[in-house]
Amino acid sequence: MDALNEIRSTASEPKIGFFEWFKMSKMRQREARWGLLFISPWLLGFLFLYLVPMIASLVFSTMEFTLSAPEDAKFIGLDNWRRMLFEDPNTWESLAVTFKFAIISLPIGMFSAFLLAVMLNSKHLVGRGLFRTLFYAPSLIPGIATILIWAQVLNSSTGWVNRLIELTGIHAVGSDGLRWLDDPNLVYIGYTFIGLWGIGNAMLINLAGLQGVPTELYEASEIDGAGWWSRLIKITVPMVSPVIFYNLILSVVGLLQYFITPFVLNQGNGYPEGATRFYMINFYKQAFSFQNMGYGSALAWLMFIIALGITVFLFVTGRYWIYYAGEKS
Amino acid sequence: MAAVTTDHHIAQQRRRLLNQAGITLLALIILTIFLMPLGYGLVTSLKSQSQASDSKAPIYPSETVKYTYQEEEYDVYEVPYEGGVGQWALVDKGRSESEFIDTANPDAGLIPWTGNWRALSQVRILNIQWDNYPRAWEAIHFLRLLGNTLMYAFVTMAGTLITSSFAAYGFSRFRFPLKNVLFIILISTIILPPQATLVPTYAFYVKTMGWGGTWLPLIVPHLFGNAYNIFLLRQYFMTVPRELEEAATVDGAGPLRIFFSVILPQATPALTAVAMFHFFFAWNDFFGPLIYLAGNREASPITVGLTEFNGLYNTEPQLILAASVISMILPLTIFFLAQRVFIQGIVVTGVDK
Repeated sequence: MDALNEIRSTASEPKIGFFEWFKMSKMRQREARWGLLFISPWLLGFLFLYLVPMIASLVFSTMEFTLSAPEDAKFIGLDNWRRMLFEDPNTWESLAVTFKFAIISLPIGMFSAFLLAVMLNSKHLVGRGLFRTLFYAPSLIPGIATILIWAQVLNSSTGWVNRLIELTGIHAVGSDGLRWLDDPNLVYIGYTFIGLWGIGNAMLINLAGLQGVPTELYEASEIDGAGWWSRLIKITVPMVSPVIFYNLILSVVGLLQYFITPFVLNQGNGYPEGATRFYMINFYKQAFSFQNMGYGSALAWLMFIIALGITVFLFVTGRYWIYYAGEKS
Repeated sequence: MAAVTTDHHIAQQRRRLLNQAGITLLALIILTIFLMPLGYGLVTSLKSQSQASDSKAPIYPSETVKYTYQEEEYDVYEVPYEGGVGQWALVDKGRSESEFIDTANPDAGLIPWTGNWRALSQVRILNIQWDNYPRAWEAIHFLRLLGNTLMYAFVTMAGTLITSSFAAYGFSRFRFPLKNVLFIILISTIILPPQATLVPTYAFYVKTMGWGGTWLPLIVPHLFGNAYNIFLLRQYFMTVPRELEEAATVDGAGPLRIFFSVILPQATPALTAVAMFHFFFAWNDFFGPLIYLAGNREASPITVGLTEFNGLYNTEPQLILAASVISMILPLTIFFLAQRVFIQGIVVTGVDK
């Protein structure tokens, strides 16, 4: 169904190696030539927009190279890497900020997407189609507009969030109330709220997964007397675990690149008290504000290594908790 | 016996109705909370500047009422008195006693009233500032932003549709060396953080090619296809029956003819989905335009324009909201008109950009 599953099935297909070419019949060679011709634009793009730049980025990371004075570029070995890992406190601080935010935002986002999908999949829900459309729609509101609207809804004195909370009797409005975007202890939750309008895709993928669960399983368990909750935990969650896994990978990689919200709300100055100096903000400053191509490349590579590490870790541990139907565990 | 089954049947039906009511109500409540910020945005975008930044003002767009008495303007308050509540204009403010004019009966002259006037609420009437929309439209130069965004969206849409469907056809129908490896690489580029390739490409476009401040660095990469789109189209092409192509081959058509006259016409839904995804991607693209256009205002797309507008007009929240609402009209309209194709596409790939 989704792209990651396709990797698994493709990897297990019979392969045609590079040297098979010479053993192929004339007709197969013709077929292969056409195939390569059709994919050639993408292949060129991959070589020149992915492979070469990645290698170049690694080379850049060993150089002192600012775009304003490219003629002064020189090889400095691992100096950028040493500075990044051991001398520049921004690296680890911005990573810590990114992970702190991820720990709060990731579970909230993933749970909301899953629970919404369960609700929208319920056979008891009247008007499912309309509900699905309306719950998905905010995902298509341009990201910047979403941020600007939420920033005002979360405003501590004029926003509706605090006014609603105030109605329940908890003091929230005003400068001594809940300052979602100005209090370093609350800002991650505030940013998580802003992100909730973007869960539409995860919700739809979950929904597609839920619709793929064979109804016989539920019927059988209903006869066995299983309640709603135990069916959810024992049947639904395992059956859609590949989908959850897929969402998890996309969320983690997305969170590592978290940038637009802090940039739009406070130009990336880390307000309040450096709590929003995310890794990407740091990278943006070094690479594009200071035009420091060498150090920027090192930061980009570190992020790539971290993303790769997390992805590999998730894939390896995934074997123990992902249930693939039709496979032996 | 029959009576028992009927009873049972009725009980079951009642339970089903109860379930339906419960879940639908729950969904309604969650949806209301979920869409509440949109309501806030719409309502606040119609308020006056002073009301938008007043924390005590009512929720609906309104203005305070003034009353002219002896050529002076006074604020009107809801004042409780023995006979009820009157709309009285506050003429003389005092700490514990103030003097009012009854707006319904000004000839009665000044009425002394004991109490703290600060505790009274002002009389407000509905006042919708439709004018905020044309003001925001002008101030943000929306037509220019829209032109830039649409140019970017359509030029790159054409590029990515052509190249991606070519590559998708190659991957779906032909056997060639290293095909599986290349396909896995293709999918891996979906989750590769774009920063990994960003710095050298930036240096190349800006320094070597001198394309800084233009749209070229943003357009050129899309001419080489896009992994998401290739994947989605390939999945679709795989479902096109091979018999159609075989019949065309018998008629002497080559792979290119087959691609254009058999495959593409069959794949209209998938091509539409890709075109839509791409449109939304282009409409939202922020980071690329931010670094490559580097403050070239004439070339800014909506996203960058909106961000700058937010910085410049932060004392006028109602205009920022009006501009935000303007920016979402087109994508939301397209979505509501074509949601079926769109949602199908997300489910096939499992992703959208």
